[in-house]
Amino acid sequence: MPDPAYMAEARRLPCSEWIKDHPRPLESLYRLTKQGVVRVYPLIKRISPRIAERLMAWGEVILKGWIFNCQMCGQCILHSTGMTCPMNCPKKLRNGPCGGVRHDNHCEVIAEMPCVWAQAWERSHSMRYYGDDMRILQPPVNHALQSMSAWANMVEGRDTDVPAGWDSAEGDEGADG
Amino acid sequence: MNHTASPSPRPIRSESRLEQTLRSGRFAVTAELNAPDSADPQGVYRNALVLSKCCHAINATDGAGANCHMSSISCCALLTRAGYETVLQVNCRDRNRIAIQGDLLGAAAMGVRNVLCITGDDVSVGDQPEAKRVFDMDSVHLLRTASTMRDTGVFLSGRPIKTPPRLFLGAVAGPCTPPYDWRPERLAKKVEAGADFVQTQFCFNVERFRAYMGQVRQLGLHERVFILIGVGPLRSERAAEYMRTKIPGVWIPDDIVARMARAPRSQQREEGIRICVEIIEQVREIEGVHGVHVMAYRQEEAVAEIIERAGLLPIDGFEAGGCAPDDVHSPR
Repeated sequence: MPDPAYMAEARRLPCSEWIKDHPRPLESLYRLTKQGVVRVYPLIKRISPRIAERLMAWGEVILKGWIFNCQMCGQCILHSTGMTCPMNCPKKLRNGPCGGVRHDNHCEVIAEMPCVWAQAWERSHSMRYYGDDMRILQPPVNHALQSMSAWANMVEGRDTDVPAGWDSAEGDEGADG
Repeated sequence: MNHTASPSPRPIRSESRLEQTLRSGRFAVTAELNAPDSADPQGVYRNALVLSKCCHAINATDGAGANCHMSSISCCALLTRAGYETVLQVNCRDRNRIAIQGDLLGAAAMGVRNVLCITGDDVSVGDQPEAKRVFDMDSVHLLRTASTMRDTGVFLSGRPIKTPPRLFLGAVAGPCTPPYDWRPERLAKKVEAGADFVQTQFCFNVERFRAYMGQVRQLGLHERVFILIGVGPLRSERAAEYMRTKIPGVWIPDDIVARMARAPRSQQREEGIRICVEIIEQVREIEGVHGVHVMAYRQEEAVAEIIERAGLLPIDGFEAGGCAPDDVHSPR
């Protein structure tokens, strides 16, 4: 068994669990942040695209890092996954829990940690706007976006850019940025 | 006999004998082949020969329990060449999307017609926990990618495939794994992603499974996907204890372990088989169950006994078949 202290996914900062257990204010915060980013990012980008990207990334490392233990995948789907970051799953699953969840709802890999997806499912029930997004078929992760700002990628439309073959399949439901 | 009507109005997907069996309304039996820790093909043939007379298709495991064994694709290569009906298991732990898509083409070229798409046990449960875990895709991505390759004739990148692989696609389900009320929804996602059949994790708790199937029927999934229930014999009380503590996602209720413990040591193997037969008899009465998937770790010979005692012999129609190992010419 790996020591959880070494695993980036196992990190939980003070109060962060309590905040995530109240996902309704977070939904509003998500909407506000989205509106803010869409307005502010293009302005800073006019001065310097590089600075704009860096500023956004720092903001995410600090804010989302503290609350969600953000792993900076660069394509945030937090609001669609019960305000629980799916990249905290050691298997990096994007579409729900694996078959290894323990009977106390804890993770197969890190026994001390509750399953990210079990928490996401629980929290999605008390959400007002995005709870049903749990049913969306999320596309594979674009690893080229790792460590980039998801906010910048959202404005640029890079985060919803899925492989051409993914879209060609029947019954597609694209993910919302 | 529980002859349910063939679900999924979708067209025939492949030349799979397993698909034909299921679509004809027969109660299907699949069994798991334990890949050898050996470079000798005879080990694979020996195990397959025991299984072939009592099942419709043989699953070749892919690094089960995150331990290294002969790979699923090479077991399938040996077996399809000998005429067996195989199910290739593909996990997301060991390979990225480029390798997996290449393997799907190669497998179809060798005559594999069934693929089971699984997430895979984590490296930490195996004997090489320091290995890098890949998980480039999850099982839902894998299903969608495989169905895109088959139905649209393109790779995930959109690049065309000259001859698309005609595969019957399987998914895994964990009816007895939390969060329980989400499991049917998760199955719905897999069906949407392209699953044609489902093989479940071990089912030792029939009541839990009954509740799960109730939700599955409410979602109408039993009419869109063929569901095969995972069962298996417990070899002893110690094996039961090991499985429920060490193997992820396996839940063995206390009363079953207690029942194993009550039996004298020499009778425990027999008790394990009896429990397995009883579970098969109970689950096949549940609406929406189309078959069983028998997983008997290192006791292949018990599978025939279980299938016979559950009244599922003879395997009519398309048995997993194949020729005796002597007839197979190994390359020099």
